[in-house]
Amino acid sequence: MSTPQPSMQQQMQQQAAPNWQAAPGPSYTSPIPIVRTHLGHALASEWTKIKSVRSTMWTLGVFLFLMIGLGLLFALITASTDTSMEGESPLVLGVFGPMLGIVCLITLGVLTTASEYGTGMIRTTLTACPSRGRVLMAKAIVFFALAFTVTLVATALVGFAQVAILEGNGAGDPTGEEWLRVTVGVSLYVALFGLLSLLIGSLIRHSAGAITIMIGLFLAPLVIAMFMFAEPLKDVQQFLLEYSIPSQLSVFYGAELSSSGPSGWGPLWIMLGMTAVTFAGAYFLLEKRDV
Amino acid sequence: MIEVEGLTKRYGAKLAVDRLTFRVRPGIVTGFLGPNGAGKSTTMRMMLGLDRPTAGDVRIDGRRYENLQDPLKYIGALLDAKGVHGGRSAFHHLLCLAQSNGIPKSRVHEVLHAVGLTAVARRKAKGFSLGMGQRLGIAGALLGDPRILMFDEPVNGLDPEGIHWIRNLMKSLAAQGRTVFVSSHLMSEMALTADHLVVIGQGRLLADTSMADFIQHNSHSYVRIRTPQPERLLDVLDEAGIKAFRAGGGTLEVDGGKAERIGELAAEHRIVLHELSPQQASLEEAFMRLTAGSVEYHAQGGTPPTGWKKG
Repeated sequence: MSTPQPSMQQQMQQQAAPNWQAAPGPSYTSPIPIVRTHLGHALASEWTKIKSVRSTMWTLGVFLFLMIGLGLLFALITASTDTSMEGESPLVLGVFGPMLGIVCLITLGVLTTASEYGTGMIRTTLTACPSRGRVLMAKAIVFFALAFTVTLVATALVGFAQVAILEGNGAGDPTGEEWLRVTVGVSLYVALFGLLSLLIGSLIRHSAGAITIMIGLFLAPLVIAMFMFAEPLKDVQQFLLEYSIPSQLSVFYGAELSSSGPSGWGPLWIMLGMTAVTFAGAYFLLEKRDV
Repeated sequence: MIEVEGLTKRYGAKLAVDRLTFRVRPGIVTGFLGPNGAGKSTTMRMMLGLDRPTAGDVRIDGRRYENLQDPLKYIGALLDAKGVHGGRSAFHHLLCLAQSNGIPKSRVHEVLHAVGLTAVARRKAKGFSLGMGQRLGIAGALLGDPRILMFDEPVNGLDPEGIHWIRNLMKSLAAQGRTVFVSSHLMSEMALTADHLVVIGQGRLLADTSMADFIQHNSHSYVRIRTPQPERLLDVLDEAGIKAFRAGGGTLEVDGGKAERIGELAAEHRIVLHELSPQQASLEEAFMRLTAGSVEYHAQGGTPPTGWKKG
């Protein structure tokens, strides 16, 4: 064809007009019943998701290995050396497990959200459930419940084993309050920290980036404080030491670094506050951003 | 039915989608055509509530996407084969989608069977070939047995068997009365599947027309003739009131489909013909002319960049 037709576009738009008014064809009706979906549907979906990927098995497997392995190891070493634990709680030796194990929960938390961005799954997810807040809430609940339950089982097992192993070293029977702190307290704390990782994963939308940030948040304050020798920074050093995540975690085991830092259930409220603020930020950005 | 009203998306200074208005009707396959970067995928993402429009509105059967309670039962979409977590099996991928919309588990097996993935249902998606990935994406789109289906470049990278399968699938879905909206940058592909065309370029609507009208107005037909006696033939045709032009390479061209009449005239006057063939300008050409002003990434002719020397 050699003759140019500059007006072709306009022509076609004009032709199209009557077509719009054409009667719609026969519409299809599906036999699948329409249901009003709610958070429960999203929870079921997220539960299927988290249990059907290998990374969950890996991170939780290593987590359990570290929690139980380190807990038993330190108890057995202490028992074999006849160290006197007169008047002390045997549970304090459990502090090393969650110190290392928390890294696994960081990874699992971040992957729960960020991996969906890496793979493009997030588009499929949000197409299936356009209520984005519901998706984030379901992910948060499923992850938190899983992390809490697994940690609770691990801390309880380790606690019982330690009490039994260290009986010969003169360790006293832990009080109910001590039991509650190292099981429920620690489980809530590390599960919340994992949840914080999940939310950072949703904010950053990049697995490696979010994991790096969370490990930095976990380790950096303590490491920086260790080398902060300058006199004018004394107060900053003190603050970093007392409020770093490992220090807060040791509070649950009655192993506070100082008397001025957080104590009792304090670390839990701090972590709860941080997680709540981050949740609000992640929720807001998820609603607003394109995916 | 999908209704798009004044849909606009701006990324910084760049207008990706510019006041698009069109409707996608049920019972037919509507092709969504445009060169790469025309804004097809952005438009589709806005239709699905994934990207927030700068202005304008999309209605799915009269409702906004975010107000659909169980969207998979209204609209199924294949955005790209990548929307799958590679570490999850095909079965679990579909199961988690089904659960979020309250779709019974039995339906997962049904769609796996429909797309022919039953045998690999428990295998991880990252081991899937491009074609299998595309089938899994389509299984996800069919999961809720929706009235509207949307496919973004579904035949990209597929082998002929897969392309054939998708074409037939789209036609049969439309024949059941569903709304089928499929994007492509290949006019030839659309010519085989679509009944209606929506053409965009640089985010703007260029055409909204039925395929038949598009073909009728754009596939200019003519007859090509080669003869050792062109002067005589020209005279004969002129006498018979047929206008012929000299085209390059010693051939003549006559507009329209008058091959039989020309053949009879030549025989009557004992003129030797070496070729007498009806021709059609391709739809691809028509599409390229339509979008010529709006192609974002022009190749620089056919010559390689200068400065490249062998050895």
